[in-house]
Amino acid sequence: MAVQITTQEAVKKIIDKSSVMIGGFLGAAVPLKMIDEIAAAGIKDLTVISIGAGYRGGGVDIGKMVLNKQIIKYVTSHVGTDPNLIKQIVNEEVELELSPMGTFVERVRAGGAGLGAVVTPVGMGTEVEAMAEKIIVDGKPYLLFKPIRADVAVIKAYRSDPLGNLQYQGMSNTNPVMATAADIVIAEVDEIVGVGEIACEQVGTPGIFVDYIVRGHSYEERKNIYEELWIATNKL
Amino acid sequence: MPRNYIARRIAQEFKDGMYVNLGIGIPTESANYIPAGTQVFLQTENGGLMFGPKPKRGESNPDIANAGAEPITMMAGGAVFDVATSFAMIRGGHIDMTVVGALEVDEGGSIASWKIPGKLLTGMGGAMDLLYGCKRVIVAMTHTDKHGNPKIRKKCTLPLTAAGVVDMIITDKAVFRVAEAGLYLEELAPGITAAEVERLTEGTIMNIIEWEHIEIT
Repeated sequence: MAVQITTQEAVKKIIDKSSVMIGGFLGAAVPLKMIDEIAAAGIKDLTVISIGAGYRGGGVDIGKMVLNKQIIKYVTSHVGTDPNLIKQIVNEEVELELSPMGTFVERVRAGGAGLGAVVTPVGMGTEVEAMAEKIIVDGKPYLLFKPIRADVAVIKAYRSDPLGNLQYQGMSNTNPVMATAADIVIAEVDEIVGVGEIACEQVGTPGIFVDYIVRGHSYEERKNIYEELWIATNKL
Repeated sequence: MPRNYIARRIAQEFKDGMYVNLGIGIPTESANYIPAGTQVFLQTENGGLMFGPKPKRGESNPDIANAGAEPITMMAGGAVFDVATSFAMIRGGHIDMTVVGALEVDEGGSIASWKIPGKLLTGMGGAMDLLYGCKRVIVAMTHTDKHGNPKIRKKCTLPLTAAGVVDMIITDKAVFRVAEAGLYLEELAPGITAAEVERLTEGTIMNIIEWEHIEIT
């Protein structure tokens, strides 16, 4: 059962030194308004967990938290899109924990699904071997990674009903998995509709996983934000 | 040699009905040259199958983008999903082919593409999963680096992205099949000689003598 609150109220759930999962992929399907609130609130010493750094060039979406130097540890699979973040990692202002993208997602899934580890062959024969424990299953070598959980997950969906049932549109990417893997889950949505308006088979994340719903930008506003970004960076 | 030569050559490897994941850069460009009458299902690791070209201005969807965060369109019959599902496709062996760029490839089919110690720090992203899980791996890259040094090595000197996975190498000068025994030269780009390829390749080319013979006759 979820509670609807404002983004200003929601950001108070995140305190200094928290671990925060942020849904989305390189700027797409990210909770833009909540990220702005986190950046404005100046919360410090965050461990941020997201699949990759923000939109190419930095300074956009989670890149705003990088510019504010709010992150002390970054758990991810890729940082190559944000030169500011790379600089902070090289200067040892930010600790980096990498795993291959598919492994990263399964670690979060394991964290949310009550599993003890992820056992994967990906990364065998590479430096990734040093990041995990090696185990043999049926005679074949695998790498064992620990699950990932967070204090707070801030995710993005298209719509919610008052029960916290979430509907996605487009690529849901890391959002449904992260919705399961934190003590407090805040879902930013384009709109909140009545119970029953999201048909049961359209529910991408059942409300059982969601604690707070916040209204983000409307779909039209988001469409304009992304069109402007894509046009400004010669992608559209 | 024009940049799109490599992209056009990659496109010849597309077979009807294939599920394919294309890396950023030249591999993605190859989708522009898919042969007429060949249907290829393009997968993007952030969660889309059967995507099409970029949308027109005003028609984009903020949640429909490729793994490079560029706007794309979904085609009729396409599907969108979460990243866990996407990597079940990739790691689980459901994708027929991936085409990726590389910093180095070696004669044992190992590839280095994600890290230059002290210089390049990006993280591996989805590359390790793709190289491990896709049934066929093609590396597409320039034959030499910007200083003219071979990128096809006896043994990769940079940290590996995956060991012993590469099936084919397509460069601006040649096409190689990577077999257990080593590199086999399959094709030369227009105007390129086997001797030139041999000089610019550090790995041993198993069938170079046959090519020299072809050139003499």
